[in-house]
Amino acid sequence: MEDAARILQLVVNGAAAGCIYGLIALGFVLIYKATEMVNFAQGDIMMLGGFVAFSLIAKFGMNYWVGALLAIVITAAFGYLLDAVVLRRVIGQPQFAVVMLTLGLGFIFRAGAGITWGYDSVGFNTPFTNKTVNMGGLIVGADNLSIIVGTLLLCVVLFIFFNKTRLGVAMQAASQNQLAAYYMGIPVRRIFSLIWAISAGVACMAGILLSPVSMIDVNMGSLAIKSFAAAVIGGFGSIPGSLIGGILVGIVEQFAGYKLPAGFQEVTANVVLLLMLIVRPQGLFAERMGKRV
Amino acid sequence: MSMFQADDISVRFGGIRAVDSVSFDVQEGEVFCIIGPNGAGKTTIFNLISRIYSTTSGRLVFNGQEFTHTPPDRIAGMGIARTFQNIELFPNATLLQNLLIGRHCHHKVGFLSQMAFLPSVRREELHHREKVEDVIAFLGLQRYRDSLIANLPYGVRKVVELGRALCTEPKLLLLDEPSSGLNVEETEGMGFWIEDIKKDLGITVIMVEHDMALVNQVSDRVMALNYGKVIAMGSPSEVQSHPEVIKAYLGGDLEEAA
Amino acid sequence: MRHFFRTDYRQDLGLYKSNRERFWYALLLVLLIVAPMILGEFYVGELGGLFIFAVAGVGLMLLVGYTGLISLGHAAFLGIGAYTNAVLLKQGVPFLITLPIAGIFTGICGAAIGRPTLRMSGLYLAIATLAFGSIVGTIFQKWEHVTGGFDGFAVPTPYVFGIPLDNTTGIYYMSLVVLIFVMWIAANLLRSPTGRAWVAIRDSEVSAQSMGINLARYKTMSFAISAGMTGLAGALFAHYVRFLAPDAFDVLLSVQFITIVFVGGLGSLRGAILGAAFVRLLPQGIAIVRDDLPFGIGRLPGLEPSLFGLVLVLVILFQPAGLNGMWLKFKAWFQQYPFKRMVSGRRQKSYAKSERLR
Repeated sequence: MEDAARILQLVVNGAAAGCIYGLIALGFVLIYKATEMVNFAQGDIMMLGGFVAFSLIAKFGMNYWVGALLAIVITAAFGYLLDAVVLRRVIGQPQFAVVMLTLGLGFIFRAGAGITWGYDSVGFNTPFTNKTVNMGGLIVGADNLSIIVGTLLLCVVLFIFFNKTRLGVAMQAASQNQLAAYYMGIPVRRIFSLIWAISAGVACMAGILLSPVSMIDVNMGSLAIKSFAAAVIGGFGSIPGSLIGGILVGIVEQFAGYKLPAGFQEVTANVVLLLMLIVRPQGLFAERMGKRV
Repeated sequence: MSMFQADDISVRFGGIRAVDSVSFDVQEGEVFCIIGPNGAGKTTIFNLISRIYSTTSGRLVFNGQEFTHTPPDRIAGMGIARTFQNIELFPNATLLQNLLIGRHCHHKVGFLSQMAFLPSVRREELHHREKVEDVIAFLGLQRYRDSLIANLPYGVRKVVELGRALCTEPKLLLLDEPSSGLNVEETEGMGFWIEDIKKDLGITVIMVEHDMALVNQVSDRVMALNYGKVIAMGSPSEVQSHPEVIKAYLGGDLEEAA
Repeated sequence: MRHFFRTDYRQDLGLYKSNRERFWYALLLVLLIVAPMILGEFYVGELGGLFIFAVAGVGLMLLVGYTGLISLGHAAFLGIGAYTNAVLLKQGVPFLITLPIAGIFTGICGAAIGRPTLRMSGLYLAIATLAFGSIVGTIFQKWEHVTGGFDGFAVPTPYVFGIPLDNTTGIYYMSLVVLIFVMWIAANLLRSPTGRAWVAIRDSEVSAQSMGINLARYKTMSFAISAGMTGLAGALFAHYVRFLAPDAFDVLLSVQFITIVFVGGLGSLRGAILGAAFVRLLPQGIAIVRDDLPFGIGRLPGLEPSLFGLVLVLVILFQPAGLNGMWLKFKAWFQQYPFKRMVSGRRQKSYAKSERLR
């Protein structure tokens, strides 16, 4: 009995961690689908978002909800500017130039955050910190639950946005065929910047949701490598796929930490990623695509 | 016996039959032309022959040897070379290097001897260089020899791509819209190259083409496709006056149009 | 512009374009051989470090600059080379055997990781190598009875024909010899069919394949050679740092290597050397100005990585041809002065080529 409870506990913890991976992966996927770029700085944007929220809530004493919302807006604006000022310039350069560019940006963000907020771990009070919820005998941390619920809510919002609003549909169109969208009068470049904004906003949300579980610090962006596993499992083109991938990675990681000797847990996500790339590089959900000639 | 044979080949992408039970054969020394409206499946047939796509069903035979499942990088070695609709040269290499890459399937030296650049490598390089210079002379590309492809005008690149295909010393040459993007004079020039390739080099040609003047000028037989199906085959004039072909190009029913 | 008139195809196959070039390279070699007798120990040591980075840089240049593949895990290959060499030396194997073994073993590791992952586009490769690097880093930490774990271990002294080479000058000459060897191999491959096949894969996979190039084979080969050269650099690096600990081989080191090829200029061996010089000089430059910077900026712990990041960003945005491109532009300007052509050196506008199948 205790074993079953233990396993359920691991599943919940894993799913919560996995939702964070999935949220970061979702940011990759949004940008990748639209521009065929991969943002290696996505984790660092999450870190920046977390710090902004920390400043607003802990330093300026804002209400949690107001501060979180404002932090998301600020990070999204930052994402928009990032694309408009920097990334728009490299369209047409080889893909790995973009990889290196975003990787370089990540290092800069980290140093910038270190200068601004220091190198110590920080945290702020949330309505979910140190609380538990009793769900039919299963004791679940409110922080973990808030991550799962928040992720689900976000998915619903994104689904409605991309399918029901004019802007969302325009974004889908621009992702599928840039040229055609351009001819139809969709301002493709602005749309791409907006997609960067959404993806940065999602990353910020991931940072805020993560903050009660683990502290915010300059190097929390290195989490992003686990999100690559999530995105690859999802086929790098599917938003629900990357969330499911994230949850899978999170759960596998929890069990690896439980069953295997120390040291295995930290490489689990990487091993899953490599295995996935070797066995089924197109992901679990997507079809394999080639270049057209 | 025919040199090349496509036997009832089909390919499906999702629910769409891009090529639907197409059969044709090409005799040695002829210029065989595939025409049809956009999206008829012409380039797809080329991609099937060069094995970039795999056929869903059917057989491909070249010189009596089936190659339906041969890996794509063996096709050039068998003696089938191709060009691409939108030019797929190596833009950051010189013209000379591009043509030398065309010789790739004839390289024999091992990797370790290349690392040390042994005399055998040197000898082979010189041999390939001579072959490449023959093609350069044939197509009159001397003045561009050391230029980067990225710096060459479109018309010249089109000729370079033809040259690169010739460097593989093919028996069968697949030309995907050789005249696309060329002006009238360049298209005429291309027509003369194709005639020379057929007569002087004795290479069999399969060509996808939209320009009817060029089709009439060079081709021996023509096959017309629409929606992945063969709708007519025969001499250029026969095919062009075939009612199905006219219908495919003009759309709608002939009776209504008339 | 100077023009070369050729009378024989053979002339295009030489390593040097002209006797003039041959003379300059010979002079450079002589200077490098006598340098330790003139320069102070500090500079000899720095030059040695530069050579080691240049060896890895040449390896990575073949992969990134010529084959168009990216690796974010080359620090792991450097580590594999370093540990292989040091562990074998500890077992009493002579250095002249451990050095090539380190290179070959790392090359095999490269092929093993490259072969399955190279089927995917460059993007996936970047992710896969990043994951690989982090796994290897963890292995260095956890495989304690071989690697010594976090504590690491002191690297035994290498002997060549009975002469100990653990002093600065010894490492300098050793690295110089390996660098020349690696450059020679790289230049040979680049003028051979293999090098052309790599360039073909870089520029258009689809047409490389239809020219008869086996993509998987040549990509794996490029990855293996690149990893092997980095492994050689790693073996030298072990002696350079004298003490092996796992935290030396982190992502930052991989990014430094990538900075070498990007700053140096993609697609040029000279660029690899220039880039290595830059990457070695940057921390020295920081050290010199550290105390003079206002507000204690020079003392910030994240300064070095962020400067590497910044340099990478600036180069990609404003000088994609790197230092080598700047050198070529300067040379052209110098030779043409005062008849400058306005268009020369201006960048061509490029457009994204989609790799998707619609």
